[in-house]
Amino acid sequence: MNTAAVEIQNLSVTFTGPNKMRVEAVKDISLTLTRGKALGIVGESGSGKSVTARSLLGLTGGQVTADTLKILGTDATGLTEKQWRAIRGTKVAMILQDALNSLDPLRPIHREIADALPGSRKQRKRAAINALHAVAMPEPALRANQSSPQLSGGMRQRALIAQAMINNPAVVIADEATTALDTRLTRMVLDQLAELKDRDIALAMISHDLAQIAQVADDIIVMRRGEIVESGPTKQLLSDPQHDYTKQLLAAIPRGVARYAPLSQVTTPEDTTASFENFTTPPDRQNSSNTSAIEVHGLSKTFGDHTAVSDVSFSVPQGSTLGLVGESGSGKTTTARMILGLERPDTGSVRLFGQHFAPAKESDRRDLRDRLGAIYQDPLASFDPRYTTSQILTNALSQGTTSRARQYHKPALELLDLVELDSSLLSRSPRELSGGQRQRLAIARALAPKPDILVLDEPVSALDVSVQATVLDLLDRLQLETGTSYLFITHDLAVVEHMSDQIAVMTQGELVETGTAQQIIHEPSHPYTQQLIAAVPDWNIRP
Amino acid sequence: MSRTVKFFATLFVGIIVVAALLPSLLAPGDPLAVDPSEAFQAPSLQYPFGTDESGRDVYTRVIHGTADSLTIGLAATALGMGIAILLGVITAFGPRWIDSTILRLLEVLYAIPALLMALLIIAFTGPGTTPAIIAVGLSTAPGYSRLIRTHLRTLVNSEMFDAATVLGHSRWHKVRNHLIPNTLSTLLALITLGIGQAVIWASALSFLGLGTPPPAPEWGAMLANGRTYLHFAWWLTVFPGAAIVTIAAGATLLGRTATRSRI
Repeated sequence: MNTAAVEIQNLSVTFTGPNKMRVEAVKDISLTLTRGKALGIVGESGSGKSVTARSLLGLTGGQVTADTLKILGTDATGLTEKQWRAIRGTKVAMILQDALNSLDPLRPIHREIADALPGSRKQRKRAAINALHAVAMPEPALRANQSSPQLSGGMRQRALIAQAMINNPAVVIADEATTALDTRLTRMVLDQLAELKDRDIALAMISHDLAQIAQVADDIIVMRRGEIVESGPTKQLLSDPQHDYTKQLLAAIPRGVARYAPLSQVTTPEDTTASFENFTTPPDRQNSSNTSAIEVHGLSKTFGDHTAVSDVSFSVPQGSTLGLVGESGSGKTTTARMILGLERPDTGSVRLFGQHFAPAKESDRRDLRDRLGAIYQDPLASFDPRYTTSQILTNALSQGTTSRARQYHKPALELLDLVELDSSLLSRSPRELSGGQRQRLAIARALAPKPDILVLDEPVSALDVSVQATVLDLLDRLQLETGTSYLFITHDLAVVEHMSDQIAVMTQGELVETGTAQQIIHEPSHPYTQQLIAAVPDWNIRP
Repeated sequence: MSRTVKFFATLFVGIIVVAALLPSLLAPGDPLAVDPSEAFQAPSLQYPFGTDESGRDVYTRVIHGTADSLTIGLAATALGMGIAILLGVITAFGPRWIDSTILRLLEVLYAIPALLMALLIIAFTGPGTTPAIIAVGLSTAPGYSRLIRTHLRTLVNSEMFDAATVLGHSRWHKVRNHLIPNTLSTLLALITLGIGQAVIWASALSFLGLGTPPPAPEWGAMLANGRTYLHFAWWLTVFPGAAIVTIAAGATLLGRTATRSRI
């Protein structure tokens, strides 16, 4: 039975900012949610997709107007806060994003899940165990008594889904429920979401990642700047996108795109094809010299009783990229910190271009420092909060001797130009920049000493897919132009496949497999790698 | 910070500074001038805050007391901060055994209420303005030390510092560019908050007769003196008390706005 669970006609949401400025976050949106079906809402941050979803819970915090806003046949325009409370959780539920912070660490999860239910404590606990059972939690009766720190990431995620499902809601909203999750966790959540459809629930799935939405949604709407630019059945939208923006989003997915082929749309189409052909046969990147850019031998590190990294060895040939893949806690960041000389290895050594780099005294390796740069996941945390863009670059260019000398103005402009940032940003604080601009600035700063190696630790994990595409393209371009060697650390297999010549897979502090990108993705030999690859949602969503 | 708050904050600081440096500008009279015939006058146009048992003008005394109270507050905070910065730097960067030794010591001191410790110190030094400064300064130092240590530790382990290390910046440049400036702004907020606290404690000591001795117009001492006549001359306690509250609340407000604008 396909009845409309939610009907929205011409929904608009306006926020009144400081200085009485009115911002229309959502403009004239119409959509329908059907029981047993999933609607995907895709768009980049700020596109109004979350605000749209939150209007179904009366949680926008703005002024909502709509010709029709019907939830399960009841008119929901102009409901009071008390009336909304009767809808939240029982009729419309939301799966929260951040499993680590959304559960109270001091309460057993059965209470977190079922506290809002009526009935005795015993009844509520039984309901919670049933809900955990329904989301395939292993040993639900045991887990129900544990609190979130005792659970693995996957179990927490399951508990959150159980929490949303406890009142048998008719409508479920999953707002970026898979964002920033490890590959296997993402797979699990996607499977769970798909299962909701079988329970006759109307699902609204919101994400910036079209590839993930396509796994679950029957229909997709694409949002941009508060408006729907395109909508349609998933298959049709993917195989025959009409709007340029949809095409852009599709192209931004790195999955299965040849190495160095651009992901972001360049201004003129001819330009794209031309560069595409140039890039697929990369120019002479293999340096004649056969010393590796990075050579890691037998690195180990323990913190207390915890072995973070154990006997890791690999090498990065000059001018190429080694992708280091692993889930959170696999030791990949500790490995990177040891290579960067930020953490002293217990055993093992790091050589750069054949020269000993770590472990060593800081004063002995200062000359090699210039040849090594680093990019982090959160660029903002790596900038001095008091500095403007210009000061950040000047500080890096002057080796930290000054942050405002005029003589560095021109080199700073050249760096901005190199990372395709506008020179007008020089006087701005990084806090005023967008996520993509911040990461570009971080790249510009890392390039100041003209390094031959960049260590990139999850450089695009915090970015929307469309922004990620432009940053990845920039990194490709820089490598082609300068022959810089990359150590690219990420949990995202699609990104690593597109960016790497070779891939190394880490789990629980050990390197389990190394090979060419082709080998690892298409013929993985280690069981762990096979599991990882199998968890990646469908490699070929493109027509 | 809104414009109105800024305006009042500036005005407030301005009045305090004038009262402390040039009290005669606001109150031209002599704070020690005795006139028994005018004793216990209620607040009027001639004596806005009334007069005390010796006929001294309370308004003049409150204004002239600003310098004393503020000096004690500033000096005590400076002393406490100085010790705290020293201990904070040693614990944050020194070897681990020094860190844990000093930390344990600070924890013991922390467990003793600061005012009690101040009384203990005065028991050795005897009452007076300088002992009050030392007592308040020493008893606030443990709290500041821990804050500074944590702050320095966080900065040194931050990604900002890592990024500078990877860029090959020397230790001195990292300290000069990132550590000192980022610590100063936090310290500034702490200091303003601390001054308010120190003024209250210094007054408390004077109230107990352990700070600045009479007849100097110190607010705490005036409070103590007025207590005897509280049942018929309320103005002797209310106005010096209001002065203490104003300066402490004002400093705290300034400190909090400073902290907030940091974020």
